[in-house]
Amino acid sequence: MAEEKRLMKGNEAMGEAAVRAGCDAYFGYPITPQNELTAYMAKHMLDKKRTFIQAESEVAAINMVFGAGATGARVMTSSSSPGVSLKQEGISYACGADVPCVVINVSRSGPGLGGISPAQGDYFQSTRGGGHGDYYHIVLAPKSVQEAADLTYEAFDLADQWRMPAMVLADGMIGQMMEGVSFKPPKDPATRIAKPWAVGTSSNRPVNHVDSTHLDPDEFEAVNRARFERYAEMKKVLPRYEEHDIDDAELVLVAYGTSARVSYGAVQMARKLGIKAGLFRPITLWPFPEKRMGELADAGKKFLAVEMSMGQMVEDVRLYTHGKSEVFFYGRCGGNIPTEEAVLAEIQKILKK
Amino acid sequence: MTEKTFMAGFGGQGVISMGQLWVYCAMKEGLEVTFFPFYGAEKRGGIARAGVIVSTEEIASPLVTSPDSAIVMNMDSLPLCENILKKDGVMLVNSSLVKVEPERKDIRVVKIPCNEIAEKLGDVKFANMVMLGALSQVTGAVKLDKLEPILKTFFSESKHRFIPKNLEAMEAGAKAAS
Amino acid sequence: MELTYGHPKSLLPIQTKYCPGCGHGVIHRLITEVIDEMGVQDHSIILNPVGCSIWASLYFDFDSVQVPHGRTPAGATGVKRMKPDHLVICYQGDGDLAAIGTAEIVHAANRGEKFTTIFVNNAIYGMTGGQMAPTTLVGQKATTAPYGRDPIGAGMGYPIRVCEMLETLGGSKYLARGAVNNAANTRKTKQYIRKAFEAQMRGEGFTMVEILSQCPTNWGMEPVESVEWVESDMIPFYKLGEIKDELAGSANAVKEAGK
Repeated sequence: MAEEKRLMKGNEAMGEAAVRAGCDAYFGYPITPQNELTAYMAKHMLDKKRTFIQAESEVAAINMVFGAGATGARVMTSSSSPGVSLKQEGISYACGADVPCVVINVSRSGPGLGGISPAQGDYFQSTRGGGHGDYYHIVLAPKSVQEAADLTYEAFDLADQWRMPAMVLADGMIGQMMEGVSFKPPKDPATRIAKPWAVGTSSNRPVNHVDSTHLDPDEFEAVNRARFERYAEMKKVLPRYEEHDIDDAELVLVAYGTSARVSYGAVQMARKLGIKAGLFRPITLWPFPEKRMGELADAGKKFLAVEMSMGQMVEDVRLYTHGKSEVFFYGRCGGNIPTEEAVLAEIQKILKK
Repeated sequence: MTEKTFMAGFGGQGVISMGQLWVYCAMKEGLEVTFFPFYGAEKRGGIARAGVIVSTEEIASPLVTSPDSAIVMNMDSLPLCENILKKDGVMLVNSSLVKVEPERKDIRVVKIPCNEIAEKLGDVKFANMVMLGALSQVTGAVKLDKLEPILKTFFSESKHRFIPKNLEAMEAGAKAAS
Repeated sequence: MELTYGHPKSLLPIQTKYCPGCGHGVIHRLITEVIDEMGVQDHSIILNPVGCSIWASLYFDFDSVQVPHGRTPAGATGVKRMKPDHLVICYQGDGDLAAIGTAEIVHAANRGEKFTTIFVNNAIYGMTGGQMAPTTLVGQKATTAPYGRDPIGAGMGYPIRVCEMLETLGGSKYLARGAVNNAANTRKTKQYIRKAFEAQMRGEGFTMVEILSQCPTNWGMEPVESVEWVESDMIPFYKLGEIKDELAGSANAVKEAGK
């Protein structure tokens, strides 16, 4: 039976979910608007005699994650946009050395120091391999406190399963707001998958090197190609999405996270006016649910991407509708959140209703 | 049923606690809830605001842009609340501190002298609980019948002795609004 | 017949990529001799840096982790916290430790992380081809200090004495500086390494052995000249010896001696 619902901030709920997923070590550095998450981990990891370190910087934190992850432990770090930029070097190394870990980005407005209000300007950075080199990693986008907890809980398994960082891309709204949340029971450590590649695990095997160094081009190309075969497999089985009122929709709104909540409200308002709008919400931003996007394009739908940015995910909507569909965009940025009314007005403008 | 409420006042008036208790009670009454505080870079003073939604349905946008009800705890908050309140919405005004009449005629205004009622109970700090009771009475969205056990988990043990006064303040607010 | 001297078990019997006269090979040997003597080959993990010793994992016959340039102490922190029963060695050069990774070494030392840093100080960047290091001596030439390191006129700053810098931190328990330019210094350096490794396994806090090492290639010297230059130019500035020893074992030894 599920536990009783608790009222929690998104930041704290992600922390509790990580603890329950069996996070062995957390390394972080303070940054708004995710500070409650670091504080939650400090209290609860130390209470459970697990490892918590407030690192000297985001750069140090992600490399502590790398080192702990290299031993096969379940590890996590969290930050917000500027801090995640600093972590990109380490994320590239983790991808290059196939080290699983969980990275939470409670994103805020940018570029630069920007503001501390919610934004979705980190889509490119998250989904295109924000550091150097040829790589991708899992990106999960929760829309609520409950989903932020559920996806964080699951991210540890996905990271282990696919041997890569799994990022939970929340935003300041998801992190700061309180909603009801019920948690799954703590994961049984016995269910963890074996990590025969990890260091410091056993004496009865050849030595293990957890590294991303390859100075022989042919050998390195083979390693990268093997990794991309894994990506291809992930694209088949991992994409996840939610749909509302899609079947008869003339215009499909595409949005993730907080802007998907706003878009859902706008779709409901449109339906009350007899306007055929629907919502497509990617839950995995990488791998993007591209196959379904293509099917909707084939069905002759128009699309409206709604984002808290100047337009980033909209490029994937254009990409995966293969030029078959009209794709519109509505966005707010700088820490502004689109309103249901404004999105409804955009729907009406496009459909001339 | 969906009730969207915007709450505004200054730091120290308990606006954030009021919002959290409102959604906490609603959650225990089986409703879907969202609470979103205004958060700034500075930690103290200035404005305290929160948008709260309670609903029998899944909540769409967590942002309260066009509230069904607004709580105005101080003078500074009046223009903002008046500006965004929905047509036919209800405005609950802390008349102890807000001495000006709203200009809009398409809204319902309920005046509660929160500070005075609270002071009569012994401490102006109960003003937020007075308003919470009034909000429940006026909107009927949340019954607040589970407030007592919630306060026991909301407050640390050392503050449990204030629970009876808090409940009294809530009831006084409800009575003042009826 | 009894074998009195041989190749260390935890050092693979392959030829290294290091230049003739380079100190890395000797230092690798000292580390592995101590590991063999302590019998911890199965429980050793090395974090190799970015620099010439990036290939350390090719030579050491135990597990390794490769982190970005300068982040070695952060990576070692993660490894050691998860594997407290393992010997964790953080192998760093002067660019890795004293330039790009200054924050990481200072804070790892200050937290008293229970790994051992082997700090190879050859006063120059090796792998990238002879650029000025934070430890380059005043007047010493480098490709990026073509007229010699000029601390004031050209604003190149002064060589950093890392042991002395870390000495004030509460978390650092053992800081020693050795050299591998002659047999006597090499033997002494091995003792420092052993003391640091044993302290680590007792969980005593941050330990570091700085080792003055020669880089004939980038110094533009013959190997013999380079070991002499360590003696004539480096050691007068970077004093050898135990800079800080707050190990419980050492305190007991002092007490014993005083009885």
